[in-house]
Amino acid sequence: MNKVVADADEAVKDIPSGATIMLGGFGLCGIPENCIAALVKKGINNLTCISNNAGVDGFGIGLLLESKQVKKMISSYVGENAEFERQLLSGELEVELVPQGTLATRCMATGYGMPAVYLLAGYGTEVAEGKEVRNFNGKNYLLEYAFDSDFAIVKAWKGDRTGNLIFRDTARNFNPMMAMAGKITIAEVEELVEPGELDPNNIHVPGIYVHRIFEGKNYEKRIEQRTTRRK
Amino acid sequence: MALNKEQIAKRIAQELKDGFYVNLGIGIPTLVANYIPEGVDVVLQSENGLLGMGPFPFEGEEDADLINAGKQTITTIPGSAFFDSAMSFGMIRAGKVDLTVLGAMEVADNGDIANWKIPKKMVKGMGGAMDLVAAAKNIIVAMQHTNPKGESKLLPACTLPLTGVGCVKKIVSDLGVFDVTPDGFVCIEYAPGVTIEEIKAKTAGRLTIAPDVKEIAV
Repeated sequence: MNKVVADADEAVKDIPSGATIMLGGFGLCGIPENCIAALVKKGINNLTCISNNAGVDGFGIGLLLESKQVKKMISSYVGENAEFERQLLSGELEVELVPQGTLATRCMATGYGMPAVYLLAGYGTEVAEGKEVRNFNGKNYLLEYAFDSDFAIVKAWKGDRTGNLIFRDTARNFNPMMAMAGKITIAEVEELVEPGELDPNNIHVPGIYVHRIFEGKNYEKRIEQRTTRRK
Repeated sequence: MALNKEQIAKRIAQELKDGFYVNLGIGIPTLVANYIPEGVDVVLQSENGLLGMGPFPFEGEEDADLINAGKQTITTIPGSAFFDSAMSFGMIRAGKVDLTVLGAMEVADNGDIANWKIPKKMVKGMGGAMDLVAAAKNIIVAMQHTNPKGESKLLPACTLPLTGVGCVKKIVSDLGVFDVTPDGFVCIEYAPGVTIEEIKAKTAGRLTIAPDVKEIAV
């Protein structure tokens, strides 16, 4: 079993214009920097991107927005990006805002083979418009569907040739459930190792969910809010 | 004098009980962590995947992989645990988080809250707010009592798009502390130097004054 591809360009080479792509990360933490750069270089467009955030101006998914490759964003919070706001207000970009837990759980449902789930968030708000409501034990829940995503692109800390993945700290975030939800899942990792080098007890995503893996280069790992205290 | 942001946070911190798991929102709620009472052991949950959030790192020790839900660099503490976003909201939804503190643009006297969208002006998204307000056992709102125009933010009904319905249990504003009950807002404490008349004048929703109303101790 060898799922290793040479680099980001090879990993994304068959992603067509119009594809639906999940992209892991929370803010700029744990985003697949190499694959985003490769998608920009490849120049495909009309993409539907499912990602908690939309990057910032000049980094992350912000790069795909600047080159006008995104048709629709499905996200929970998109407040850090002026170009995003401009495209949204001008009608160039379609946006579906989804509560963060609902977004995560809809990804999870896909990876667990569940077509839909009943979730609390958004009942009685505009998020509930058009959705089936069902009462369980006196509380109202919305029927939320699993995602159908052609590709999922995630960033892990370590991975092996068979696709087993381990994440680091809060860079885990949406990456595991997105890795489990892609029809084709691409993982870029900081350190690619041989099978057996990762402790089977500590695998966060087993390789069965991962189709392509490569060791990324030159991670910038930009920090959005650098907050510190003095010694 | 009305309370400042630090004093609002300090008053909310008095609601923390030993053993609580707490989610603090962005803004004034974040400041609550600075005033956790002596002898009260609480664990802070950050919905991007951490239980046991520590203070900001020392200069030079920031780690891009370790941030809170406000995307600020943070640290862990002994006993911290990381998890993914689905589990994070799973524990919120399952009622494991004892208290959520968050900000609001408007709260209605039936406990409805609006804090995520101003149509045509601010469309940044709800983040985790809808999940938190729908599920948390206890929700305290930290907010200014009026908007910059001086209009009440404690209303008979929210005018902005809702984040959640009937979920707010308590409000700590710059003017006082209010329980949200079936009878509307009940003022249980007032800020030093703030009169009941001022609170009445600046509260648009149904308001009653608790018989044992007292001055906030901060």
